[in-house]
Amino acid sequence: MNTGLGSVPAGKGRIFNIQRYSLQDGPGLRTTVFLKGCPLDCAWCHNPESQSLARELITQENRCIACGSCFSLCGPGEDPSSRPEACVEICPTGARQLLGRDVDVDELMDEVLRDQPFFDESGGGVTLSGGEPLLQPVFVKDMLAALRRRSVHTALDTCGLGRLEDLLEAAALADLVLFDLKHMDDVKHREWTGAGNAAILANLESLGQVHGQIWIRVPVIPGVNDDVENLEATARFVAGIPGVRRLDLLPYHSTGAAKFRRIGRQYLLDHVQPPTAERMVGLADLFRAHGIPATIGGNL
Amino acid sequence: MNERTARLRQESLDAIPSLSPERAELITAFYREHLGKHAIPVMRALAFKYICQHKTIWIGEGELIVGERGPRPKAVPTYPELTCHSAEDLRILDTRPKTRYQVDEAMIRVYEREIIPFWQGRSLRDQLFQTLPQAWHDAYEAGVFTEFMEQRAPGHTVLDDKIYRKGLRDFQADIACSKALLDVEKDPEAEDKRAQLEAMDIACEALILLAERHAAEAERLAAQTTNATRAAELRRIAEVCRRVPAQAPRDFHEALQYYWFCHQGVITELNGWDAFSPGHLDQHLWPFYQRGLKEGSLTREGARELLECFFVKFNNHTSPSKVGVTAAESGTYTDFANLNLAGLLPDGSDGSNELTDLLLDIIDEMHLLQPSSNVQVSRKTPDATLKHALKVIRNGYGFPSLFNADAVVEEQLRQGKSLEDARAGGCSGCVEVGAFGKEAYILTGYFNLSKMLELALHDGLDPRTGRQLGPHTGAPESFRNVDDLLQAFEAQTHHFLDIKIRGNQVIERLYATRMPAPFLSVLTDDCIRKGKDYNAGGARYNNTFIQAVGIGSLTDSLSAIQQLVFERGDLALPELVSALDVDFEGQEVLRQRLLNKTPKYGNDDAAADDLMVRVFRFLFHAIDGRPNTKGGAYRLEMLPTTCHVYFGQVCQASADGRKAGEPLSEGISPVQGADRSGPTAVLRSAGKMDHVKTGGTLLNMKFTPGLLEGEGGIDRLHHLVRTYFKMDGHHIQFNVVTAAKLREAQEKPESHRDLIVRVAGYSDYFCDLSLELQDEIIRRTEHDTFAQ
Repeated sequence: MNTGLGSVPAGKGRIFNIQRYSLQDGPGLRTTVFLKGCPLDCAWCHNPESQSLARELITQENRCIACGSCFSLCGPGEDPSSRPEACVEICPTGARQLLGRDVDVDELMDEVLRDQPFFDESGGGVTLSGGEPLLQPVFVKDMLAALRRRSVHTALDTCGLGRLEDLLEAAALADLVLFDLKHMDDVKHREWTGAGNAAILANLESLGQVHGQIWIRVPVIPGVNDDVENLEATARFVAGIPGVRRLDLLPYHSTGAAKFRRIGRQYLLDHVQPPTAERMVGLADLFRAHGIPATIGGNL
Repeated sequence: MNERTARLRQESLDAIPSLSPERAELITAFYREHLGKHAIPVMRALAFKYICQHKTIWIGEGELIVGERGPRPKAVPTYPELTCHSAEDLRILDTRPKTRYQVDEAMIRVYEREIIPFWQGRSLRDQLFQTLPQAWHDAYEAGVFTEFMEQRAPGHTVLDDKIYRKGLRDFQADIACSKALLDVEKDPEAEDKRAQLEAMDIACEALILLAERHAAEAERLAAQTTNATRAAELRRIAEVCRRVPAQAPRDFHEALQYYWFCHQGVITELNGWDAFSPGHLDQHLWPFYQRGLKEGSLTREGARELLECFFVKFNNHTSPSKVGVTAAESGTYTDFANLNLAGLLPDGSDGSNELTDLLLDIIDEMHLLQPSSNVQVSRKTPDATLKHALKVIRNGYGFPSLFNADAVVEEQLRQGKSLEDARAGGCSGCVEVGAFGKEAYILTGYFNLSKMLELALHDGLDPRTGRQLGPHTGAPESFRNVDDLLQAFEAQTHHFLDIKIRGNQVIERLYATRMPAPFLSVLTDDCIRKGKDYNAGGARYNNTFIQAVGIGSLTDSLSAIQQLVFERGDLALPELVSALDVDFEGQEVLRQRLLNKTPKYGNDDAAADDLMVRVFRFLFHAIDGRPNTKGGAYRLEMLPTTCHVYFGQVCQASADGRKAGEPLSEGISPVQGADRSGPTAVLRSAGKMDHVKTGGTLLNMKFTPGLLEGEGGIDRLHHLVRTYFKMDGHHIQFNVVTAAKLREAQEKPESHRDLIVRVAGYSDYFCDLSLELQDEIIRRTEHDTFAQ
């Protein structure tokens, strides 16, 4: 049974994870849906498994008890990913996991609305994140529209790279847009994320004219983008965007490292230490000097 | 804390729990002389008076609130008329590694010479065991249920506001009035009632006498001391003790001392469960506090000092030591006196006041094991008050716990109480709901749900002993679906509930006739009016609770069987039972599948949660409303204390992947580590239970300190609590400590003696817990959204 790991069936979205009690993806207590697939390839990515749009069979080594159940499925030399569902199914510990689940809007609505009482109490809601939601624009727009019909607060968390038309249409259905800015230098941006920043900056400028609730999110990666020059440039650019309400500085942490290794990829930032609390305060002040309400890790 | 209260606190922490033979000697001497000379209630009252007349009076250096149950702090008396320790028991208590009680050789000799010979066969425990039928003994020994009253008297009650308005002399006038109204011609129970009322009158006299002796001792000490300040304090103490409890208190100090004498009386008369508690302390003291500040007779600092002295007294009162199976069941020094803060006033308005905040500060600063504390959170409770409580909780002592005051009222209305009585009620012990000052709400014992499934899977045979313990309900191969299995489970449960309740009828009547509690009856409406004892149905309301343990483990076992056996047909039920019988020996793959690949309660997954709801409904209908011997009814409660550890020890491996002997799930919490979808999913799952139909449910959650940092952390916790309470959740409590820290404490107990954690409805010193319980707490899922 090879269902294929590639294309997403029509009318469905491919998600990577649903995180309830999500605390940093917008106001209140939220449920965040992580969509699979991203056009960027950031070296610090927390969820490198989410980058590919394809479904991926992974093994969580620490849960594996070497029982050999999965090998009983495969012939000699056979790739376990040829029968991923069966492989996951037979694994008794959950070490074998298939990343990427195809869901339709109704199914997903059913899941994300379970925490509605918590949204009501806390002013929270649902955030669509990724990966990059704009890689699955039809599904994302359908989902945001469905949430809006139920009057649930919605947030779209985007890296900004996608078709402008998709961004504007999706953003029009979102109460809040979380927009990442990684580097103001096109070359550096390309070096660390795999793509240039021209389209991203242009998209933000356009979005900022029509959407009034934008929170900029800047990951602070020591040695990569935390130099004053870059952050000053970021601040100047952001200060000129009318729709921006605040800016969150997200201090680097190394949770991505283990995940890179788990999927057999090299992690380039092993030597990087998280920025100190004092440094973060200094950087927040830099943005505040430009009149931008800045937070550290989303805490006002 | 000021210098005085910091010192008193430290002395209390340093005092070593010990057993004192004094009470045993006094009561034995009294019984030896008076046996058969008085009606039983009068005999009990006279014995109480004899103890009050002759016990050692202790007034510690610097104390402002006085009174110790034993001859000194943490010297715990024994109650041989209820449970007579054997010499062996005393030696075990003296030498066991955890929750030890020091016992000197002289006490053991007194026991061997005087106490044991007199009480053997005469103690209530001996009588009770002789009277209970064999089926009860079999089930008890198999670990199907426990019995609270086998060695401690029915207590489980809390005081209301009556003592702040009336002195014991006023109660004596009420007693005299009730006596005068007795009508021998029309009431065949009149003579019995006369004896009960006579006993209550003697009990009032006894406590007044005890207070007078404290006054005399304080005067003696005042005359001796060269310290003029202390002499003045002692004279003030004497003045207070001459006023209360005889007459109503006039000020803050007298109010606290009056309560403390009542507390002494209740826990000296009998060793009732859950000590005793002042209940809504902030509400009761409020008029005295306000008036004192206004008149200038009290300062805020003075009030704080008195309250801190009051707290130390609770901490000095280590719980009475037990014997036999319950030593493992509930190994703790805490005696479950649980203060209620905030909540509602009887008129339905918000009950919080400035004292609520002051008490929260004291709880935080002193972080003593006792008194335990909770905040009754209603819709009307200000956010600021709840947040203040959460900030104390964040410090990780496991208190105060939080209750849904609106649900607590609704639960009581369902049981037929008046709205005002329900609002003046609250929670005591761990999570138990009662109408304070008006109810005997008796916990009768824990009930082992996992054992019921085990019996259902073995056609009534107890796999641990190989004995046919329950009725034949069908071999596993005869079950075609989960309904068939549940039917067998229900038949086993009915069978053992009947045994439990039949046993309880015997026990309740034994207490009613042989072990009345005249002093507690004075304090409980409507004992005086009815001329009936607390233990005989004198209280206005009388509920008896059965506490079901392990609903998480049971649900997960059922859901695993439903999925693997009946839906997927991976293996036949007899094969699964065989695997359980050998504790999964050689079947680790199956065990891993059961652990990891089946629906689990606590994840907001209907496949598991629907089974939980089904079992809960069944338990409710099987228990709720069955009559007890006191005109009240049986109710269902979902609380384990530490019994989930003991019940796990007597259960073989279970279908949720748990190995033989490991603890069951506690309260209504998910199986330790089975909740993997975050705290909101746990609350949604737990919220599917109809809490309003219970007499209390218990939910513990563990958070890492990092998640609760800053105002944002408090806000998020606040949202979780408020939302859970909107869903009618009854109680929630948090452990805020990392698993790493707990492991460290396990390895180096000497440097973590002060680490207090939430156990199950109460907090305890982590290092005093059994290794099994320590492991169990470490395994409870730690919620931290950043750890995936």
